[in-house]
Amino acid sequence: MAVTDMEKLTLGPIAYHWSRDERRDFYARVADEAPVDEVYLGEVICSKRAPFHEADLPATIDRLERAGKTVIVSSLAEVMLARERKATADLAGMDSPEIELNNAAGLFAREKRPHRVGPFLNAYNEATIAWMAGQGATHVTLPVELPREAVNVAAKAARDLGLGVELQVFGRAPLAVSARCYHARAHGRTKDNCQFVCENDPDGMPLSTRDGDPILRVNGIQTQSESYVDLLPEIEEIGAMGVSHLRLMPQAVDMVEVAWAFRDVLDGACSAEEADSRLRAMCGSAGLSNGFYFGTAGYRRIEGAAPAL
Amino acid sequence: MSLAELICPAGTPAALRTAVDAGADAVYCGFQDATNARNFPGLNFTPEELEAAVAYAHARGTKVLLALNTYPPAGKVDLWRHAADTGARFGVDAFIVADMGVADYIARTHPGVRLHLSVQAAASSPEAIRYYVENFGVKRVVLPRILTIPEIRKIRQDIPCEIETFIFGNHGLMVEGRCSLTNYLTGQSTNMDGVCSPASDVEYIRDEATGEMSSCLNGFTIDRFGPEEKAGYPTICKGRYTAPHRPEGYYAFEEPVSLNLSRLLPELIDAGVHAFKIEGRQRSKAYVRSVVSSFRRAVDDIRAGRTANIEDLVALTEGQKQTQGAFETKKWR
Amino acid sequence: MTIDHGAVLPPRPPGAGAFARLAATLVQPILGRVVRRVAARHASLFARLGPHQGTDFVIDPVEFPFALHLRPDPKALLFRAVPRDALPVAGATIRGRFLMLLELLDSEEDGDAAFFSRDLEITGDTEAVVRLRNALDDVDGSIAEEAAAMFGPPGRAILGHLRRKYSDDAMPGGER
Repeated sequence: MAVTDMEKLTLGPIAYHWSRDERRDFYARVADEAPVDEVYLGEVICSKRAPFHEADLPATIDRLERAGKTVIVSSLAEVMLARERKATADLAGMDSPEIELNNAAGLFAREKRPHRVGPFLNAYNEATIAWMAGQGATHVTLPVELPREAVNVAAKAARDLGLGVELQVFGRAPLAVSARCYHARAHGRTKDNCQFVCENDPDGMPLSTRDGDPILRVNGIQTQSESYVDLLPEIEEIGAMGVSHLRLMPQAVDMVEVAWAFRDVLDGACSAEEADSRLRAMCGSAGLSNGFYFGTAGYRRIEGAAPAL
Repeated sequence: MSLAELICPAGTPAALRTAVDAGADAVYCGFQDATNARNFPGLNFTPEELEAAVAYAHARGTKVLLALNTYPPAGKVDLWRHAADTGARFGVDAFIVADMGVADYIARTHPGVRLHLSVQAAASSPEAIRYYVENFGVKRVVLPRILTIPEIRKIRQDIPCEIETFIFGNHGLMVEGRCSLTNYLTGQSTNMDGVCSPASDVEYIRDEATGEMSSCLNGFTIDRFGPEEKAGYPTICKGRYTAPHRPEGYYAFEEPVSLNLSRLLPELIDAGVHAFKIEGRQRSKAYVRSVVSSFRRAVDDIRAGRTANIEDLVALTEGQKQTQGAFETKKWR
Repeated sequence: MTIDHGAVLPPRPPGAGAFARLAATLVQPILGRVVRRVAARHASLFARLGPHQGTDFVIDPVEFPFALHLRPDPKALLFRAVPRDALPVAGATIRGRFLMLLELLDSEEDGDAAFFSRDLEITGDTEAVVRLRNALDDVDGSIAEEAAAMFGPPGRAILGHLRRKYSDDAMPGGER
């Protein structure tokens, strides 16, 4: 059974504070080896991190585009400080490549010129999507907590308006952002004097309950799920709904191999079950979940076929 | 000097009457469903109750604001549209909204009713606020709790709408409208269902031998209290967790404190804040009566040029600690 | 009323034996009349309870020789005194000093504050208790006064006497 070959694989923007070298190596490998169609660059979580890697942006864009990947530059989820407002305005002024906006400040600066809507802009429903389309959105990434019945309605509405529709199918779920930096706080500091301690946790800082159960991950101002979202067994259904782009969030695992697991299923080169066990072998310790998609607690994993929509 | 309106919580019709009688300039409330962010069991208003409440409030010169500040999931938008239609029919004075689709519907369908922007919209820059003002005609923005007074002063100059800030009540930590923590652990969503750490998933487990009590949410231990420690509700972002270098368990996000900006009232009024929001639709009439009347006295004192004197409201705050939060200093970040 | 932070609840008096049973029996007709009157005058209370109308609540005033069993089912109202060795299986239990419970009944005291200071002990279905609190909060005036007034001046006098007897000042050893 052929999955619609219109589904594209994307790599989301790196959520963590990976070093300049780590990023360069990562994107070089992505360009050369990863079977993804589109790559999101840029800093979404913390404006203090941006200076470390933004100088490499033009070279990275070039490298990826020469390898045939579509590049999109994403933007900050939280915009408050003067430098953040300026960075957002600068990004909104770019003609190319495409940009993804995650904050209404970006929408304001973009003034209805074409743009992508990121998951932090809360495009939960067809009414909001229709509004955004009228404001120049060409593509929307749905919130990670949206259940499948709602994904179905939202995706159809977006496609009817000619928009691309994207859903995260792999990686830690973004659960919350804050003005306070919880990485700094864990080390007795504040965001202003953090000394970039988040660099020590390339897959997020693990939090456990006082009973010892792993529960969440801290990534600067962001809180993430402990488990990785894994919707690989559902990508056929997701494609049939009209979702055109499947987002893989970069984690500290072999993302090229992760991408191949998804690509092999899309190409019909292997079964979803087989690919998912490859995924599990790579990511076992994190735990794989799909609860949000199935309308239940996000940490849960639902096995087996879901009833038809 | 600005009007310094007091915007007071009304979780039930009786609480609404209490707030009106205690001197509220406006009360805010919601329906008994997912359309507002305090969708707690047994709380909020039926349509009939809202109609009667509007009549009661208007007869006493108090405004009624209807909270429609959650995010409809695709396929369920009609619930929010009908809620807006019902509120408009009853003559509410404003809708408090967050979702752009909801804002757009109301702006087109009920252009005569004011739109206020909820903290759930997370608009914390002049540009974001102006987006909502220019596209939906928003007349007032409820600022997130994270701005300092100098920042409020600055924003006031840069935006063409009124400003409302929180003055008392539970301290919001995560950026409003961007939190899926509850859904991750329980399957009920803050943004879509209007719940946070819902009671249906709460369990308090007492260890008879040690006298310790664990507060749990859907089986996850959010915190644990010794026999002499003050217990807390298992709100996820107020729990204690361990990290590799913090094995003792610590408040990873925030300690349970409550906002009380009473002493900053004169400065806030001077900074151009038009309205002060008291949080607490899930709190009791006793709380409402006590807090509203205290702030009524304080605001009247300030506007008459007298020194304001706020009673000690420590006992009503969770964990019995207060903070002035970010409003005074940036150290909070 | 002052809240004694971190107070440990006093040990329960014996809730077994002939005395407890006698006390429970004497109180019973009063409780029955009270709950039927409250139900008749405050219908919105039941709507707010929703599915927990059928829940068995045990309300335990620690100074009393018995506890109270409430099932707020409008079709079959149940409110009775029960010796502590004969408690029903409860959906939710609320335990605390009598005065605290009385003030909670009338929303004179804030449930959150009481609970957070450990003056109140809640076990079982938390949603049931939240519903009960919200339902009671939507009542104008004082349910306790209303109930007492059903029995005329003697009723009001008894309520006043109970308030004084179980106040902080009257507790043995003082609760400081």
